[in-house]
Amino acid sequence: MTGQRLSKMAVCVAVISKENYPLYIQTIPTEDDLKFHYTVHTSLDVVEEKINNVGKTTNDLRELYLGLLYPTEDYKVYGYVTNTKIKFVVVVESSNTALRDNEIRTMFRKLHNAYTDMVCNPFYTPGDRITSRVFEKVVNGMMLQDS
Amino acid sequence: MEKAGDTAESESVVQPEVPPQVETMATSWELPTELCCRPLALVALTGMDVTYNAVHRAIWDAFSANRRADRVPLAFRVLPGDHEYPKCKTKRQSYEWYIPKGILKTGWMNKQLNMVPAVVVVFFDLDWDEPLWREKQMECATRVEVVRASLQGRSTRVAVVLIQKNAPLPPGEDMVAAERAAALCSACELSAKSLFVLPHTDHLLGYIIRLENAFYELAQNYYHMEARRVKSHKEFLNKTTHQLLFVRHQFKIAFYNEMKQDTHTALKHYKQAYQHLNEVRTHDTNMLEIKTVSGFINYKICRLSFQHNAPLDAIAQFRKHVDLFKNKVGCAELAFEHSSWISKQFQVFGDLFDEAIKLGLTAIQTQHPGFYYQQAANHAITRKELCRKLCDPTAKYPSTDPLELAAKLDFYGQRPWRQGHQSIDPPDAQKEREGILSLQLLELTVDHSWIIIPLLSSAVAQFKKYKSARMKRYLMVQMGEEYYHAKDYGKALTLLTRVLWDYRSERWWALLTAILTCALKCAYLVANVQEYISISLELIGQYTLTSAEEKTRIQMNLIRVMSGDPPEPEPECVPEAVEEAKQLWTSDAIQTVTQPFTIELQNLVPFVECKAGFSLASNPPDKHMVLDVYLSVRCPFPIRFSKLSVLLSNPAYNKHCTLADSRGIANSDAGDAETGDLYLVPGQVKHHQFLLIPTVEDVGRKVEITSVALELGTPGTRSAILHWQGGGGDAATNSSAPRVMSGRRREDQPAEIDWDGLSLYGSISVVPRPPRVQVQLKHKPPALANEFYAVELTVESQEDDEITEVSLHVGLKDGQDTSLESTTHICFDAPTQEDAETFIDKPQPQAPGLSVGSLKTGEKVTRTMYMRCLQVGQRMLSVRVVYNIQVSIGKQASPICCTCVKEEIVPIETVMPVDASIRLKSLLMDALEQIHYDEPFLLLTDISCVSPWSIRISSTELQLTEALRPATGQLESHIHKLQLNKNDRASDCYCLTAPLNKIHQGSVLMGEYSIRWRRADADDSIPYVMTVLSLPEVPIMNLPVMVEMELPAHGRVREPLGITYTLHNRTSTVQEMEVMMEPSEAFMFSGHKQVHFRLLPYGKHILTYNLYPLLSGHMVLPRLHVNMLRYPGTTDQIISKMMPTHVFIMPTGKEAMEEVFAGS
Repeated sequence: MTGQRLSKMAVCVAVISKENYPLYIQTIPTEDDLKFHYTVHTSLDVVEEKINNVGKTTNDLRELYLGLLYPTEDYKVYGYVTNTKIKFVVVVESSNTALRDNEIRTMFRKLHNAYTDMVCNPFYTPGDRITSRVFEKVVNGMMLQDS
Repeated sequence: MEKAGDTAESESVVQPEVPPQVETMATSWELPTELCCRPLALVALTGMDVTYNAVHRAIWDAFSANRRADRVPLAFRVLPGDHEYPKCKTKRQSYEWYIPKGILKTGWMNKQLNMVPAVVVVFFDLDWDEPLWREKQMECATRVEVVRASLQGRSTRVAVVLIQKNAPLPPGEDMVAAERAAALCSACELSAKSLFVLPHTDHLLGYIIRLENAFYELAQNYYHMEARRVKSHKEFLNKTTHQLLFVRHQFKIAFYNEMKQDTHTALKHYKQAYQHLNEVRTHDTNMLEIKTVSGFINYKICRLSFQHNAPLDAIAQFRKHVDLFKNKVGCAELAFEHSSWISKQFQVFGDLFDEAIKLGLTAIQTQHPGFYYQQAANHAITRKELCRKLCDPTAKYPSTDPLELAAKLDFYGQRPWRQGHQSIDPPDAQKEREGILSLQLLELTVDHSWIIIPLLSSAVAQFKKYKSARMKRYLMVQMGEEYYHAKDYGKALTLLTRVLWDYRSERWWALLTAILTCALKCAYLVANVQEYISISLELIGQYTLTSAEEKTRIQMNLIRVMSGDPPEPEPECVPEAVEEAKQLWTSDAIQTVTQPFTIELQNLVPFVECKAGFSLASNPPDKHMVLDVYLSVRCPFPIRFSKLSVLLSNPAYNKHCTLADSRGIANSDAGDAETGDLYLVPGQVKHHQFLLIPTVEDVGRKVEITSVALELGTPGTRSAILHWQGGGGDAATNSSAPRVMSGRRREDQPAEIDWDGLSLYGSISVVPRPPRVQVQLKHKPPALANEFYAVELTVESQEDDEITEVSLHVGLKDGQDTSLESTTHICFDAPTQEDAETFIDKPQPQAPGLSVGSLKTGEKVTRTMYMRCLQVGQRMLSVRVVYNIQVSIGKQASPICCTCVKEEIVPIETVMPVDASIRLKSLLMDALEQIHYDEPFLLLTDISCVSPWSIRISSTELQLTEALRPATGQLESHIHKLQLNKNDRASDCYCLTAPLNKIHQGSVLMGEYSIRWRRADADDSIPYVMTVLSLPEVPIMNLPVMVEMELPAHGRVREPLGITYTLHNRTSTVQEMEVMMEPSEAFMFSGHKQVHFRLLPYGKHILTYNLYPLLSGHMVLPRLHVNMLRYPGTTDQIISKMMPTHVFIMPTGKEAMEEVFAGS
């Protein structure tokens, strides 16, 4: 990752619990961060649908990466579900063409690793809001740099 | 998730009412109707009088009425013969000096669709046998001439239809018709193909359809030529000056092709037109025109793509279209115009998409019209914001209206004040400024909310259809906010409160807070007290993310409202609305409501939490039930409630579970008062305990907490009852998600009460008081079937006080096999001999309760109960002792009466006492399988004792059916007063015979064998019981003949031995018999060796023989063969079984031998 590419990253990263409430939402500094909350929340419709459909058709190991969820005018929303049904949602700007599928997958993999490390903390109760500084650092590394 | 009942109701809210103000704007992006319709070829029908001529009317109806999809796509117009068609412009010879003024002329499409026909048909009444042929022919030619003249310069096809009364002859037969037709064609300068004959006969519609097809062909031909004509201009054009014409011409070609119904070619040319349009250099002055026309062309391309079942092409085209124009805002002062245009693009595409779905296309969750409506709404919102930013409502409208010509533009998308101008800079800067200003002022008159809300509503409907509940809710929130901006606060409040539930249950607190904040403003502005309170309850709670100052402000307002005062206005509200709201809050309608508001808390996340419950899961009736109520508030400031009450499933307790604090909401004195204290301090858990005495009728039942009610405010003036279903809990704790606790909260908890660690029982079972009596059972298992089984019960009281109304209840335990219940009889009465004899009709498996009066401490009582089991098996016997005792609870004066029950369950096995079997034997002690009439036989009974206890048999008895009787004398049992130990066996023997009887054929029932018995060790009070065994059925046969043989018990060698055979005829007919005596080595004999005689009916014949034994020992007798001629072959075997076969011959004694020798 070069410094130049860092400036072309996600605008919002969210971790959603099994029961669909937010464990962690980080957005780029903006006046209207509620909009991102709504974007993440509404994308759960598609996540849910995708999870349900996989269960019906195959018994194979599910692919964790769900791909593009909602195509909106300004943003692209990507989803990822762990085997424990923790959802990761990443929002990138539609104009951002540097991020292709592969980059998004890498991002999710990093996020998953960071989440796993965070859960390993014995002082963290699964289901609580995520306050880990290390996790936050990883997420901030993925976010659009404010420059 | 969605609640079922909720959806139906929400429809009415989601569907907006008709907007009060219709958009009337020059830059409204409504597509012209001529663009949106399906282009049809135009055919003009002339020479018809459809008003007065019935025949013409019928023809016109056949053309125009009920055109179904299978008819050719044509549009018909009835026009007068001399109708003026639009003049054809003189054809340009060269484009060299021509500079186009715009792209698409506004009138062109309408002209092609409705004014310039492809075919003009001249109808004329003329039969081939018309007498005045020449004159009529002239008239017809004149009419054609007139039509041609008015079409001057156009290549419109002309056709003539002759309306005839007679049916035509087959072609080639009517010479006159052929000749006259040719003449008419030449007179009218018409090709033979354009002359038609319409016989006005029965099959009108059939003829019309054939005519139509012919017209359709002509029309297609016309549009094909028109398209080619336009195409031919291309070579004259050059790319530098005629860019606009490239677009226009391609559009025209495409449109002609569409009229020709060649949609594939049309699509190709529309795409080329779009391509050419993209090559046009854009600048602020022509941006509007380019966007307008590109919108048109894009519409056509998408529409045709959907029509060709290529939705992906349509979507791709639309995406390309939006991406191309997204950033081409044009004039910055009119940026709202751009948003409006994009919004319209999305809306139109959504409509097209939706239309395609109605025609059978399937959409998916991530690609359906809803997204386009949503985007349309988003752009409409942007437009509203831009309008607010750019437009100055104080500006003055220009004196000369620059928009005067807005309704009658020559070209689509041009500015009314500079039509036809194509240069980069506006011709007149002053005019341009005025134009922009007037457009801005016009924009201000638009009610944007009424554009946004219907779009959101369309999107909501789509997202609902494609299973996107959360997106639907988000859109509903947006709708609610838009209603708020439109100042319809009531509707906004309804919409917002409807979706709150889902955000609450999914625990999206940030979103919930935002919605609640907006809803609170609405509730304030419409002075909805109940909603205001309920929203405030949540906003000052722990989950909402409002700032501490906000929470303080809201709590202060809440206290004001609860004290009956109007609250302070919410911030950021429109000042006029606030003024109105102030009026509302002080109005009588609100002030005079004294009815308390009930607010259900389990669906909210209120600032006050409650945990109510019992400390134990069960409680005896002689102890207090302890009901604990814990309350905790999370608001910024302490708050005083006025009343706490817990409602239980038995309302009798409710009056003991109330706590009132009458000091008023604003009073802030802490500490105890005689009325109770409901002053709750944030972070401190308040604990109240109620002690309840269980009522007698609740023993054995559950007492449940149905609800907890906490009253806020002053009863009588204004109060709200906060109502928890069950023992507390709210939307956050009740949801499936685990409760999330912040670390901060744990710290500020007082050490003594850990709120989250509190666990209470929501219900309490009042269990009966544990009994203190001892029950002993004395009996000797196993029980024997049918006997009176005695069980001795001893009850000993161990209570400290006297117990009264002691009663014993003995019976089979419930829930056992019904066959056991129907074969068990239990009683306390000592059985009599009579009981033992009688059959039990209705056994009672439960003995009626036996009252034994009162017992003092340590006193004992003993009773005997008897159980008679008719069948073997294991039974569970239940012995219950029920008694009353007076107890007092705590310091209470009057003791209460408790009923206690002691139950003992004893398993009792029942076994058979004896095993009896029957054997049948012949007199020769051979086992018999069947018996014969009049032939005696033996019945042996074997009784073996199988019980572990010795039994004593008093007597046995054989009861015979009438088919049998004893062979000799009386039946007498030989078993009397006999004791049998385990595995002992007793036998009885009877000699029986079956008298000849016509009724019993095949088999006979023998009767019953009964045994009277009891336990050997039973005392005399217990009677003997009779166990009856049914004897089996035995097959019986009738023999036609019977032989009796008389034979001495033994013989002696060389001493004559006389035997007689008596043969009985058992039939009613004369029987012929043949008897033969077989010789034997052991005997010499005298008598008939072979004899033949007749036996009369029921008669007998005696044969006498003298045997002279020769050898000693157990000797075989000479065999007598009997043969009945009537039953040949069978008699001999049967008869041989009736007679002894052997006799014992003793050797001669010494004396006899001597005698013999002496004699000799």
